[in-house]
Amino acid sequence: MIAEAGHYALVLALGLALIQSTVPLLGARWRDAALMNVARSTALAQLLFVAMSFIALVTLHVTSDFSVVNVYENSHSLKPLIYKITGVWGNHEGSMLLWVSILALFGGLVAAFGNNLPLSLRAHVLAVQAWVAGAFYLFILMTSNPFLRIANPPIEGRDLNPILQDIGLAVHPPMLYLGYVGFSISFSFAVAALLEGRIDAAWARWVRPWTLMAWIFLTLGIAMGSYWAYYELGWGGWWFWDPVENASLMPWLAGTALLHSALVMEKRNALKVWTILLSILTFSLSLLGTFLVRSGVLTSVHAFATDPARGVFILLILCVFIGGSLSLFAWRASALKQGGLFAPISREGALVLNNLFLTVACATVLTGTLYPMAYEVLSSDKISVGAPFFQLTFGPVFVALLLAVPFGPLLAWKRGDLLGATQRLLAAGIAALIAIALVWAWTYGGATLAPLAIGLAVFVVMGALCDVAERIGLFRMPLSISLRRARGLPRAAWGTMFAHAGLGIALIGIVCETTGNTEYIGAMRPGDVVPIAGYQLKLDGLTPRPGPNFSETIAQFIVKRDGATVSTMTPSKRSFATRGMSTTEAALLTRGASQLYISLGDATADGAIAVRIYHKPLVLLIWWGPVLMAFGGLLSLSDRRLRVGAPKPAKAPRALQPAE
Amino acid sequence: MTLWFVFALMTVAAVFAVLWPLSRSRPSGTGGSETVVYKDQLAEIDRDLASGIIAAAEADAARVEISRRLLAAADEGQREAAPQANLKLRRVAAILALIGLPLVAATLYLRLGAPQLGDFPLAGRSLVADASQPLVNLVAQVEAHLEKNPTDGRGWTVLAPVLSRLGRYDDAVRAYRNAINYAGDSAERRADLGEALMGTAGGVVTADAKAEFERAIALNADDPKGNYFLGLAAEQDGRKTDAAAIWQAMLAKAPADAPWRPLVQAALVRVGGVAAPALPDSAMAAAKDMNDTDRSAMIRGMVDRLATRLKQNGDDVEGWLRLVRAYLVMGERDKAMSALSDARQAVANDAERLRQLNEGLKNLGLDG
Repeated sequence: MIAEAGHYALVLALGLALIQSTVPLLGARWRDAALMNVARSTALAQLLFVAMSFIALVTLHVTSDFSVVNVYENSHSLKPLIYKITGVWGNHEGSMLLWVSILALFGGLVAAFGNNLPLSLRAHVLAVQAWVAGAFYLFILMTSNPFLRIANPPIEGRDLNPILQDIGLAVHPPMLYLGYVGFSISFSFAVAALLEGRIDAAWARWVRPWTLMAWIFLTLGIAMGSYWAYYELGWGGWWFWDPVENASLMPWLAGTALLHSALVMEKRNALKVWTILLSILTFSLSLLGTFLVRSGVLTSVHAFATDPARGVFILLILCVFIGGSLSLFAWRASALKQGGLFAPISREGALVLNNLFLTVACATVLTGTLYPMAYEVLSSDKISVGAPFFQLTFGPVFVALLLAVPFGPLLAWKRGDLLGATQRLLAAGIAALIAIALVWAWTYGGATLAPLAIGLAVFVVMGALCDVAERIGLFRMPLSISLRRARGLPRAAWGTMFAHAGLGIALIGIVCETTGNTEYIGAMRPGDVVPIAGYQLKLDGLTPRPGPNFSETIAQFIVKRDGATVSTMTPSKRSFATRGMSTTEAALLTRGASQLYISLGDATADGAIAVRIYHKPLVLLIWWGPVLMAFGGLLSLSDRRLRVGAPKPAKAPRALQPAE
Repeated sequence: MTLWFVFALMTVAAVFAVLWPLSRSRPSGTGGSETVVYKDQLAEIDRDLASGIIAAAEADAARVEISRRLLAAADEGQREAAPQANLKLRRVAAILALIGLPLVAATLYLRLGAPQLGDFPLAGRSLVADASQPLVNLVAQVEAHLEKNPTDGRGWTVLAPVLSRLGRYDDAVRAYRNAINYAGDSAERRADLGEALMGTAGGVVTADAKAEFERAIALNADDPKGNYFLGLAAEQDGRKTDAAAIWQAMLAKAPADAPWRPLVQAALVRVGGVAAPALPDSAMAAAKDMNDTDRSAMIRGMVDRLATRLKQNGDDVEGWLRLVRAYLVMGERDKAMSALSDARQAVANDAERLRQLNEGLKNLGLDG
């Protein structure tokens, strides 16, 4: 009964979405408050039914009900409980259900907490949400139904892909989906604004928390996914420019641009049309990302041939939503009122520059991701676009962006003073030069670009600190006044500092990891010792051990430094009988922000085992950076104050730097 | 019955969610407006000014800008028509919810769902072996059991020959070794282990395998399997006379009704030891005697005869399933699939047979 009730709940949610997508629009057209309010109750009811449906699927997985095809194909009765639950979204059907659950959750949140929205705007937003939801319910029910049954259930399931049997699956996809789906709210607001033909600074105020929330989750989701790939795949790499990774990076770049342009709109009532376009593009890229991961649209064109119904449905959804919203934009954007004016050198101008760089970066990633597929379709040859392409295109754009980052917050609204900003960044510049000189001396003869990149990173971090120091008048005023001003500084300003500094921190990690790596790859026998980066690693022995649904071979390494034992590391190799697959469980030893990394290869006939050992200096900074960025986002989100961008008067003497 | 009751409750809840706001004469929460935001922004400027974050000149400039926006928004708000009740539209919406929603839900669900099926949580299912279950599942069950109780010698003894027959020789070798460790050493087990080791080497008697056969002989000098394969080892080494000697000794000691007699006699003929005596049972000998090519040709002949028979009379569901299974065993998945679609066509007019067919196919691990 659980399976069927879950199935029926999903069907009912579709029915409610159909009503929610039409009735409120009629209400807004004829200005009937009751009809507009239907959107609210149906959105909440939709959330209720989708949640029921999702809980039903989780229950089925937990109780190992193999009469459900989805459970049979992706579960195993011996799997640990946590993987039985995470296995729900470790497959196409279940992950689509998670996607709509999150969509319904966001719809429900807008309905429940959208009291400050004008009635007709809320009706429009929820109706657009319901269009998206309705399309996805149909997609799930028609082509990817997780509730299909087997009349004579088999006694054991086929197990989940062993690579996915990891705690990463519990965190990474839900985070990423919260990010992807969160951008559906700004999309709905954008389409609603186009439908209503009205947009102003208040709009940006209402969209801000949703965009920020989505951005935080997406940032954490991408960082988490990268760390997961780093420790699970056993190669020690953390970013592969894989289409699936690019698919999550593109909405992040567009979303970051959106975050900044929405800021201009809220504070200065400018860049309105551009913000609407960015909202549409960001969600379009999120949709593309969802389907890239779930259907392999790009990685293989042939995925369409294996399941044509699914492929055609996906294409249809992409065409209708991306094409439809862009056409609506082309048709209605000219009717929107233009916003305020500003000088090229001003905070607004800096943010336009930021948007320019981010969208160009996003476009290079999109090109690198889509080009191989287009090429394959046209010439039936396979090519792959890898890291060199992205380093040559994405790299320079991002370097330029990073150079500009510290300047932005130091410029005044409306008309800025570049020279003044440069002077105030002098400290950051000097710190960067010192860093370059130090790194150059230390790694003399190493990579040429590494010291420069480190210098750039230091410049970004110090620039972020300079900005806050400038605002609170540190070193210019008595300390007590500085502290009082620091307390009075809006949390959003602190958020900006953390987010911008996070960028620099991540860059330091990236540069150190790519240029300062030491590695040892070879075969070891019990008793062998390998010296690496000042550590001595001794392979103590190999022991087999049975796990719940796998058997594993564990290798014990004793790590010594200067003769003293530091720790032991136990990498292992697991083999899963049901799928006939094996996975590598790398062992990581964290020392400060650096890590030792051991992963096992195959055992050779004479009792030796292939091992890869890496020492990765400061590698953890790669992920601490994004965490810091997300923390900055969180600070900004918690700041419920209104944002006012006080313009710099045309001919005022230089006064205190205007803040948020 | 409970299921339909639950469905009805859910439907009522969904319909209620649409009807509830329609039924309220004075809707709560008429919504916010832009003017509120701008008023708050003005208040914010005063606060910033007081705490010294912005200067007075800038605060004035900001105030002017925001007041302009506030005026524009207030104008807009006044021009808009006040909300009004539209009873006709509300009735249409109510009818849509009362009739349309249940109709859509019921139609879709009855097409997609399987309300006749109950739940099958694993805890509530008996784990008794079921003849209709695919062998692979049973093996998986035993393996799961042994994973938890790795010292169960009897379990390994049962599992090993099955794995060997399934062609999972590596696992079979491990299973035989465990069986010897936990259930005791014996000539038969050593010989079986040797045979599994041969399987991993593609039928060649390797040094490891030979060592196992020799251990079997050491435990029981008359062990037929050990002796036969030691003969085969000699043959593969090119020592045909040694092979013939081993096999002749076997035949001399063997009882007259030993089932392996024809096999050894055939082997003896192959190495040119002696002229074989007349075969006692020609049909059995025929099968044993054949080399791999001939044997598979014979099986193929039987399968082809079955396929022809089914083409003439397609009512035999069991026959179709046997045919599909045979193709799968022979590794010809394409033929299995075409036989499957032929079978569907043949029984398409008979719902009961179609159901039997689909269930059988699911048991074979083919999705319906």
